[in-house]
Amino acid sequence: MPDFSRVWDVLVIGGGNAALCAAVTARQAGCSVLLIEHAPKAFRGGNSRHTRNMRTMHAEPTSVLTEAYLEDEYWDDLLRVTGGETDEHLARMTIRLTREALPFMEACGVRFQPSLSGTLSLSRTNAFFLGGGKALVNAYYATAERLGVEILYDTEAVDLKLDDGFVREVAIDHRGFPETVRAKVVVASSGGFQADLEWLEKGWGPAARNFLIRGTPYAKGVVLRNLLDQGVASVGDPTQCHAVAIDGRAPKFDGGIVTRLDCVPFSVVVNKHGERFYDEGEDVWPKRYAIWGRLVAQQPDQVAYAIIDSRSERLFMPSVFPAIKADTVGELAVKLGLDPAAVEGTVAAFNAACVPGEFNSTRLDGCRTEGLDPPKTHWARPIAEPPFIGYPLRPGITFTYLGVKVDERARVLMEDGRPSANLFASGEIMAGSILGKGYLAGFGMAIGTVFGRIAGREAARNARN
Amino acid sequence: MRETEATTDARRAMEVCNACRYCEGYCAVFPAMTLRREFSTGDLSYIANLCHNCRGCYYACQYAPPHPFNINLPQVLAQVRSETYEEYAWPGPLAGLFKRNGTIVALATAAGIALTLLLTMALVDPRVLYQPQVGPGAFYRVIPWWLMVTLAGGTFLFSILALVMGFRNFWRDTGGRADELTRGRPLMTALHDILTLKNLGGGGGGCNDVDEGFSQLRRRFHHFMFYGFLLCFASTTSATFYDHFLGHVAPYPFWSLPVQLGTWGGVGMVIGTAGLIWTKIVSDPAPAARNLLGADYALLVLLFLSASTGLLLLGLRATGAMGVLLAIHLGVILALFVVVPYSKMVHGVYRSAALLRHALERHPTPPPGDKPSDRALGSAA
Repeated sequence: MPDFSRVWDVLVIGGGNAALCAAVTARQAGCSVLLIEHAPKAFRGGNSRHTRNMRTMHAEPTSVLTEAYLEDEYWDDLLRVTGGETDEHLARMTIRLTREALPFMEACGVRFQPSLSGTLSLSRTNAFFLGGGKALVNAYYATAERLGVEILYDTEAVDLKLDDGFVREVAIDHRGFPETVRAKVVVASSGGFQADLEWLEKGWGPAARNFLIRGTPYAKGVVLRNLLDQGVASVGDPTQCHAVAIDGRAPKFDGGIVTRLDCVPFSVVVNKHGERFYDEGEDVWPKRYAIWGRLVAQQPDQVAYAIIDSRSERLFMPSVFPAIKADTVGELAVKLGLDPAAVEGTVAAFNAACVPGEFNSTRLDGCRTEGLDPPKTHWARPIAEPPFIGYPLRPGITFTYLGVKVDERARVLMEDGRPSANLFASGEIMAGSILGKGYLAGFGMAIGTVFGRIAGREAARNARN
Repeated sequence: MRETEATTDARRAMEVCNACRYCEGYCAVFPAMTLRREFSTGDLSYIANLCHNCRGCYYACQYAPPHPFNINLPQVLAQVRSETYEEYAWPGPLAGLFKRNGTIVALATAAGIALTLLLTMALVDPRVLYQPQVGPGAFYRVIPWWLMVTLAGGTFLFSILALVMGFRNFWRDTGGRADELTRGRPLMTALHDILTLKNLGGGGGGCNDVDEGFSQLRRRFHHFMFYGFLLCFASTTSATFYDHFLGHVAPYPFWSLPVQLGTWGGVGMVIGTAGLIWTKIVSDPAPAARNLLGADYALLVLLFLSASTGLLLLGLRATGAMGVLLAIHLGVILALFVVVPYSKMVHGVYRSAALLRHALERHPTPPPGDKPSDRALGSAA
């Protein structure tokens, strides 16, 4: 049984990348540190378990990154995906600090590998973790333990007792028992609220019940809600979440990367009534997968079906769930639970509208439909060669945008603009300050690592005063 | 290779891994996997034998138990691997020896020792077992030269034949052709991977020999054992040369080539086998295939005994204990020669073959067929 009468220098709430960076940094600065992780040890690490790389600024080639990726280009990329919903000062600071995060990560035992097969487009911008995010999390936990950070699993922060912006104490649930932790400084790194379906329902209505959560079931936003209820300033759209189209057979939680389905550009995608609803070939999939979560969420019962023929079977990453196959479009529709006549009609209309052209899966090939609504503007090739193949699609939620507002020292800001005296935040819980919309591959880990280190450093400085 | 529960499980795991690929940098298994979308039993046999059981992927896996996907690749590939040993065993009727292999190898060891002791007592004056024997031919007064050569030579040659046939069965089943075996560059690559145990390096930072922490322990212990074994083999070969061509009759002096090679080889084997037994005992059982541990331990103990009885014989060869020790040592060696094709020893053949196949896949001669342009348009998340 841990000693709950003790006053810690720093309490870190959360057990993912940002929390660990904060805990390790504060401990290296000489503080006593307690880290509480809601998940049991086997599922520790929050959504960091499912990550695989960090977008990293660099001026010259490194062991795993090619060429150079400088601040202005990084910033332009961020500006494009967020449509301006970002904070240039915080964003540029984060970008610059990713560069010096790499040696810190390596010192913590994190190892890197060249970009994975088929992700060459990221070899210049993103440093891939050898073994992925869970291996990274393992390395940080091993480092934290070696340094003497006290770690409690199955332990959830329930209530931060805020008194005029000052955290007096924190009520926790430790393996089912209510306890109180006192610490001079608190770092909140407990993630977003995407695993709380009722909360998602506030923004999305009953449709949210059909959403699948790609990551950890422990990100319920308990601390986020608790802080916002006590006058902490918020950032980010409270209703929005990052949603991608994933295989509809994925588990409700924690399906991770293997539930992805990259077949949409080569498909005809229909809803449960067998009707098309959007241009499947608008752009290459890396630029479109994020809008398809939303598109599917807007369809009845939040489900859609991608249909291809045998010629397209090998043009995309294998899905972990077996393809549903049939010799005719009608049979396939029946197997998918759809009205065969409707699907046959949609496919026939599509096939008739395809303009002959030179199909090329690796670029925008201009193979399009004519006189079809909605049109398909690329990779439009008749669905004609049996066997016909179908996949169900559902919205998969990656993260939410709502967060607490922080300043450049990771201090949590109150609604009146004043910083909290002893509360800091890092990771998804504050990422909305920088990433208000869209997503940039590997940027969540960049924010978590950079702000985790800032929060740890500032927490240590604060605890010593 | 027949379809079994293990191959079905392994195929399912491969499909999950192939949709994830986070472990690509760990070892050869994952690059081999990404070349495939469907996994025939031959493919699974190849991949299972490519796996060095370093367990890096288990600790890095977001789908490892208790996740419902329950991915435990080291365990399921070990199961498939052990089934491939049965599948390719020659002659076929002896494949059953791979079931309860730990017991079989242990019994063979006991039988080998008993047999040599009994034969010695039956064929020569039992007193040689207790009285000091020194000078040229001392060993042959305990075990006659003709018996030693017949038993050792006969079992050795048969074992080599059985291993070659096993290799042939593996090679055919995994889609290999005979003409591929003569391509120089892949052979050199494979030889390098075999001799350095590159795939026990965890992509450079070491393996999960014991738990989540990384180390090079297993790799180093295996090197001690493997190179120790080679030195011992060189010792026997040089002794044979001394005897047949130079007319020097054993025992040889301590500073002679055979004794020097054998001594250092023996020391290496003792360190290596003891170290490997120790890592097996203290390591996390979760990624291990428990039903196969018996075979691992039995072979390690047999190798440990081969080396330690040899060293003991060297130390005490001038005393009255020499006779009994020599009989025991040769009994152990006899058992080793007999069980080689029917023990975990065969992993050396199939893993080497798998590494060669992997090297061939990386340097293909014929134009590669229609490979999937995987991830050409993959999502960027």
